[in-house]
Amino acid sequence: MRSHKENYAVKRSLGTKFRRDWDLYLLLLPGVLWFLAFAYKPMLGLVTAFYDYNTFKGLAGSTFVGLDNFREYVSGPDFLRTVKNTIMLALWQMAICFPIPIILAIAITEMKNKGISKLTQTATFLPHFISTVVVCSIVINFLSPSTGIFNIIRKQLGLDPIYFMVKPEFFRPIYTIMTLWQNAGFDAIVYIAALMGIDMQLYEAAIVDGAGKWKRILHITVPGILPTVVTMFILKVGKMVKVGYEAIILLYQPSTYPVADVISTYSYRIGMENGNFGMATAAGIFEAVIALVMVLSANVISRRVTENSLW
Amino acid sequence: MKKNHLIVSTSERIFNITMNIVGIIITIVCLYPIYYVLIASFSRPYYVDNGDVLFRIIGFTLDAYKRAFSRNGLFTAYGNTIFYTLVGLLFNMFFTTTMAYALSKKRLAWRKALTLFVVFTMWFNAGVIPTYLNFRDFGLINSRLSILLGFSINAYNLIILKSFFEQVPDSMEEAAFMDGASNLRIFTQIYIPLSTPALATVSLMYAVNRWNSFFWPMNLITSDEKLPLQVYLKKMIVDGFAGGEESVILTQSSTWSQTTMIYAVIIIAIIPMLIAYPFIQKYFKTGITLGANKG
Repeated sequence: MRSHKENYAVKRSLGTKFRRDWDLYLLLLPGVLWFLAFAYKPMLGLVTAFYDYNTFKGLAGSTFVGLDNFREYVSGPDFLRTVKNTIMLALWQMAICFPIPIILAIAITEMKNKGISKLTQTATFLPHFISTVVVCSIVINFLSPSTGIFNIIRKQLGLDPIYFMVKPEFFRPIYTIMTLWQNAGFDAIVYIAALMGIDMQLYEAAIVDGAGKWKRILHITVPGILPTVVTMFILKVGKMVKVGYEAIILLYQPSTYPVADVISTYSYRIGMENGNFGMATAAGIFEAVIALVMVLSANVISRRVTENSLW
Repeated sequence: MKKNHLIVSTSERIFNITMNIVGIIITIVCLYPIYYVLIASFSRPYYVDNGDVLFRIIGFTLDAYKRAFSRNGLFTAYGNTIFYTLVGLLFNMFFTTTMAYALSKKRLAWRKALTLFVVFTMWFNAGVIPTYLNFRDFGLINSRLSILLGFSINAYNLIILKSFFEQVPDSMEEAAFMDGASNLRIFTQIYIPLSTPALATVSLMYAVNRWNSFFWPMNLITSDEKLPLQVYLKKMIVDGFAGGEESVILTQSSTWSQTTMIYAVIIIAIIPMLIAYPFIQKYFKTGITLGANKG
């Protein structure tokens, strides 16, 4: 009788491999079928973008219109608005929600009182696990003109209440602060792990050399986590276009569309609410292509700058 | 000279104290919104609207909760969420562990291609509209199965489990093969028990997502009796706010208002998350660090 190990040493044909490990392939099967049915089959549905989709007859009963849906989207009045809003929201996110978790991570590791350090981590990590609906509900209720805590305090100070949710100028700050509250602690975890990896001897040597706190942070801590920061930055750039439409559709109002309507919410609205599936898919493809280009270029930059790439 | 670093300078001491104060301020800022919702939900609305309820409950009452539970559908929605979370988790773990295990075996034919087949979906997906039309093609609109089956695998979780299975030494498998065990038996009786920490991490990630998900249930489920809690909440709060502000005049003796009832529902919705939080905190960090290493 030959052992299993010996079996591997011999290069076998595919047929023998299947016979020997048939049940391993059986384990593979449900997952593969799932990916085909629920991840890859919808990708075939992307051709909807080239049809004047008939809701009742499905794709088979629809007329092929070539690039008309794309043309209609790009030349329409909503194109510039949605592209601009997507970029603006992404920039707000990059400017505020990217650096703050890094600062938070450094602050948490610098807290000498371990109890406070742990408490801060626990408190900042918590909001990530509260659902988008609940977070948006809290935001909407806190900002309500009559019963929201912000306006209650404004009234106590003798100021007029503001209906924050319908004023376009408040949308981006509200959305950004909300995302920050929800994710800062979660995003900080990766940096905290990187900070833990810095050699303590470097700090001890710096202390002997007479370097103060700020000098140590600037010359040891920051360079120590820089590779992680670069990697995370590139990952975020790749995902930048995909702003959180799930939260935006809960927060926006017709009066805030001029600043809040991004490509994905626009696609969602004209597809799911107006039934224009063809053009909605076209807008979705437009967004996905930008996202893919950014991921690919981020990967190339990552490979050159940090010598590590995602694949 | 060697003990030099034990002497803490004044500026350093000030820095340390400042950092501790900063930590406490951050903690308060993060937790206060939840704390406020909690105290307001137990207070009389007159005091809430007056701005008296900022630090503690005033005019304790349970009426906001009584009112919330007497509303049509809250119990049903809560039950539905528990159903979607628990049964959905079974779907998740069945589809994810089986495929992750098979992919962790180096002898698997087309292993690289199959892994790419999984990873590709992390970076590119069809988008909302084609995904919706796909469910429609399958006849799964307004079916509970759409939620349970349609979201059975998260590629990221699958990769985490796969890399965990890869860390189990091959010798375990070799020995079992010698004894004539099949792949199926090795998987269920050796690998599953050995991987409890990883399975706990991934289960928790799935369960949190199941509990919190609202977007697809909102689009796929059309009848009220099948809606999960998050969609129920969305309908009650977000759609309610689009309808304008309530104009009921509150008196000191009012025991609940639209707002305090909403706060009560929010608390009801996040309680399980708060109870599970110590476990979440313990296991999620492992998951994040594992995931980050694997890209």
